[in-house]
Amino acid sequence: MPLEAKNLSFRYERGLPLVLENIDFKIEAGEVLALFAPSGYGKTTLAKLLAGYLRPCSGEILLNGAPLPEKGVCPVQLISQHPEKAINPRWRLKKVLEESGELREDMLSAFGIEKAWLERFPRELSGGELQRFCVARALLSGAEYLICDEISTMLDVITQAQIWSVVLSEARKRNMGIIAVTHNMHLARRIAHRVFDLEKREYI
Amino acid sequence: MIQKNETLLEIHDLSVSFRMYDATLEQKELQVISNLHLRVRPGEVVAVAGSSGSGKSLLASAILGILPSNASVSGHLHYKGRELNSQLQKELRASKIALVPQSVNFLDPLMRIGPQADGHKKPYPTEKRREIFASLGLDERVEKLYPFQLSGGMARRVLVSTALISEAELIVADEPTPGMSLSQALHALKMFRALADEGKAVILITHDIDLAFGFADRVAVFYAGTTVETAPAEDFCTGPEALRHPYSKALWRALPQNGFEPIEGFQPYAGSLPQGCLFAPRCPMATDKCRCEKPPVQDIRGGEVRCFYAT
Ligand SMILES: Nc1ncnc2c1ncn2[C@@H]1O[C@H](COP(=O)(O)OP(=O)(O)OP(=O)(O)O)[C@@H](O)[C@H]1O
Ligand SMILES: Nc1ncnc2c1ncn2[C@@H]1O[C@H](COP(=O)(O)OP(=O)(O)OP(=O)(O)O)[C@@H](O)[C@H]1O
Ligand code: SF4
Ligand SMILES: [Mg+2]
Ligand SMILES: [Mg+2]
Repeated sequence: MPLEAKNLSFRYERGLPLVLENIDFKIEAGEVLALFAPSGYGKTTLAKLLAGYLRPCSGEILLNGAPLPEKGVCPVQLISQHPEKAINPRWRLKKVLEESGELREDMLSAFGIEKAWLERFPRELSGGELQRFCVARALLSGAEYLICDEISTMLDVITQAQIWSVVLSEARKRNMGIIAVTHNMHLARRIAHRVFDLEKREYI
Repeated sequence: MIQKNETLLEIHDLSVSFRMYDATLEQKELQVISNLHLRVRPGEVVAVAGSSGSGKSLLASAILGILPSNASVSGHLHYKGRELNSQLQKELRASKIALVPQSVNFLDPLMRIGPQADGHKKPYPTEKRREIFASLGLDERVEKLYPFQLSGGMARRVLVSTALISEAELIVADEPTPGMSLSQALHALKMFRALADEGKAVILITHDIDLAFGFADRVAVFYAGTTVETAPAEDFCTGPEALRHPYSKALWRALPQNGFEPIEGFQPYAGSLPQGCLFAPRCPMATDKCRCEKPPVQDIRGGEVRCFYAT
């Protein structure tokens, strides 16, 4: 079940320059790929295209040879670089989790999510607590591919290592593909099978 | 000349708690910062590292006087010897203390980036703003954009620029570097260092500890609402053998370049803190004494540590 971008181009508005131009890119099920490029280069844009939040201006995105489904939970889930923008600020966290699938206790404890947090609003958690919550939510959704857009920058290094170990072991169990956007080459080398440099368009 | 022993910001025995309603709608006090001490002198970059949810951002909010209304604060905060009450906080926020917020939601969604970055210094000489922007890799095109049109790292660089433009005496930077490339992050830290060298001061809250150690004078390590160790930054560059607290050592070892080996478990929940040492449930060296009594702050080898067995 590969996920691929074919000859993908994108601009945000007519008249603005292309952010992505003729991108070709492929990841296999079970693969962990790190995505590397300078800030502002288009990593998040590519992530949003792959997860179906944006539509390409030209080119296509194929999951197992077919376009992404239009309805239902997207099999490609994006964990945003800014968790505080990815959650409805007026919902308690319990409601947020209920929306995205079954509430699995083992998953909550693997991410150090306290029961009491579920009664809170997103602004009542720390940056890293909210980030952990978003990662758990994405895993609970049963996705086939997970796009992790800088998911560990808001975490202390111990929690980073823990979170990645849970995500990677869950990925192995389910043969899930992972695209990890990161500026940290040390981290990329620890977690990924391959590192793709979007600027040079090559695997490094 | 700046006097190194003069104090800019003094925090003594700070505690912060929230009035919360639990699932049974019973009102409870949740204490999230306890008995915290921190001193910042002119000329210093003090890095604040530590556990996710340990109270770093709330400390920043407490200094600036922008905690949510259901928070209560006790303890003493002094700025240049004056008690830091809400009146003084309001004055200082307008000119002397700048915050680099952790959340990009702090940006005003309806205001273009250029004027927004000028802040209270408006109208700021465009040339100087452009110089700061350019040094962080933000080109002139960015001035005309709205926040939603920025990438994550660009937004972060705008927030850092805003603090640099403010010419504040104290910058409280809460996670200034996520989303930046390595070279941009190093550059931002270098600019903070330069400000400190001019006699200003920076509190640098960061998880990018490997980068911060090279620019900070001292590092305070937070865990479950208080500092477990405050030590010269050199000790963190040297490695675990130079550090005093088991949690600081564990942090160092978990860096991707140093092993990526996490210790088990998570920081205890503020609503059910252990009776003795806050780190005891995860500490490989914990004894019965650790589980019953709270270790006091001790001075060891030029650093402060809360551990009975620190050497
Ligand atoms: N909604 C938008 N409208 C217009 N331009 C946008 C929008 N979102 C992003 N851009 C622009 O697209 C480019 C790529 O942004 P993107 O967020 O994909 O970068 P990135 O590689 O994820 O960067 P970072 O590492 O800083 O997060 C940037 O120049 C940005 O200004
Ligand atoms: N409004 C609130 N109500 C209740 N608890 C809160 C509130 N805001 C923060 N907390 C709790 O206080 C603790 C400290 O939060 P803070 O945001 O200061 O953490 P932090 O050290 O900045 O963490 P991070 O590294 O994840 O940003 C967290 O456990 C958080 O859940
Ligand atoms: S006081 Fe005891 S439990 Fe706490 S850090 Fe020291 S050895 Fe570990
Ligand atoms: Mg991005
Ligand atoms: Mg924080």
